[in-house]
Amino acid sequence: MKITFSVNEMPQSIEIDDENTPLLWVIRDMLDLKGTKFGCGKAACGACTLHVDGEAVRSCSYPAKLVEGKKVTTIEGLGSEEHPHPVQQAWVEEVVPQCGYCQPGFMMATAALLDKIPEPTDNDIDQNIINVCRCATYYRMRKAIHRAAVIKKNTTQPVNSESDG
Amino acid sequence: MTLLVAGGTLMTISASRSKVSDYSSIASASKAISEDTPFNKMMQVLTHERCVNCHPTDNIPKQGNDSHPHYFGMMRGEENLGFAATKCTTCHQTENNAYSGVPGAPHWSLAPKSMGWQGLNKYEIAEAMLDKTKNGNRSHSELIHHLTQDSLVLWAFEPGVDQEGIPREKPPISEAAYKAAVLAWFENGAVVPEE
Repeated sequence: MKITFSVNEMPQSIEIDDENTPLLWVIRDMLDLKGTKFGCGKAACGACTLHVDGEAVRSCSYPAKLVEGKKVTTIEGLGSEEHPHPVQQAWVEEVVPQCGYCQPGFMMATAALLDKIPEPTDNDIDQNIINVCRCATYYRMRKAIHRAAVIKKNTTQPVNSESDG
Repeated sequence: MTLLVAGGTLMTISASRSKVSDYSSIASASKAISEDTPFNKMMQVLTHERCVNCHPTDNIPKQGNDSHPHYFGMMRGEENLGFAATKCTTCHQTENNAYSGVPGAPHWSLAPKSMGWQGLNKYEIAEAMLDKTKNGNRSHSELIHHLTQDSLVLWAFEPGVDQEGIPREKPPISEAAYKAAVLAWFENGAVVPEE
């Protein structure tokens, strides 16, 4: 089966025998984007979270055939080293990761949350960020999510240039 | 070894319960006749976990044959679709996923709060189903369509496999028998029997 879609704004076209192959393995093994992690394979831990048409999905439980014509964003496309996404910037500032394995999934889930709820409360975070971190970095992640909301708010508001001051 | 012993014990108990006395066989025959009505056939499906798990009265979807609360704190949300960023469709797609064991069907969601069935008996469920103030203002013909054509309702008969790859339990009667029972019940006036 041929599947055409985009990943991080780059067009992709793949040939795949099993159309139900989890999108996770298309991303990791066929497109060699290793930022999206395999955790449980049962849509339980969230390590494989990425965005499909702007919505967070667990890619281990998302058949490749459903991505036809859609836009996928992975952690590699969220931001760059030079221009990190507010979530990535906040994660660095709050020194969130310990082992780091699950963090891309958390960051993708958080980016989706901030798109829907720009200034999430602790309750919003509890409801929407339900990934699993075996290092238990939840406390630092909560701080980073609030920090990311502030960074995003400040960077998306109209900027008064320094010359105006 | 302990498990084997325990399993053996359970099997023994089960075998002893399967013995039927002359008296209980009469009772069973009566029950068999009563269960054969279109209403009872239909309700055998609608009271099954595959249906009731997504008709909660406490805003928490249920899972499994033990109807345990959905893992990860998932709840109804404002539109029966989960929360703003983590929705039902974050994990549940339009069809069952045999790799992950995550069930799926088109428009996967909870039934509206007004259609909460958890804890109700079959008579109360039927009354609620017919009540236009609870059923989304559906007429009988619209209810028939929903009960016999809606892909999420009919998912109960194709529930896929669980996380261990084990097929989920289906309702006790076939899809064809269920649809026939629904049609027969409505054709006969959709009368809810007295308890």
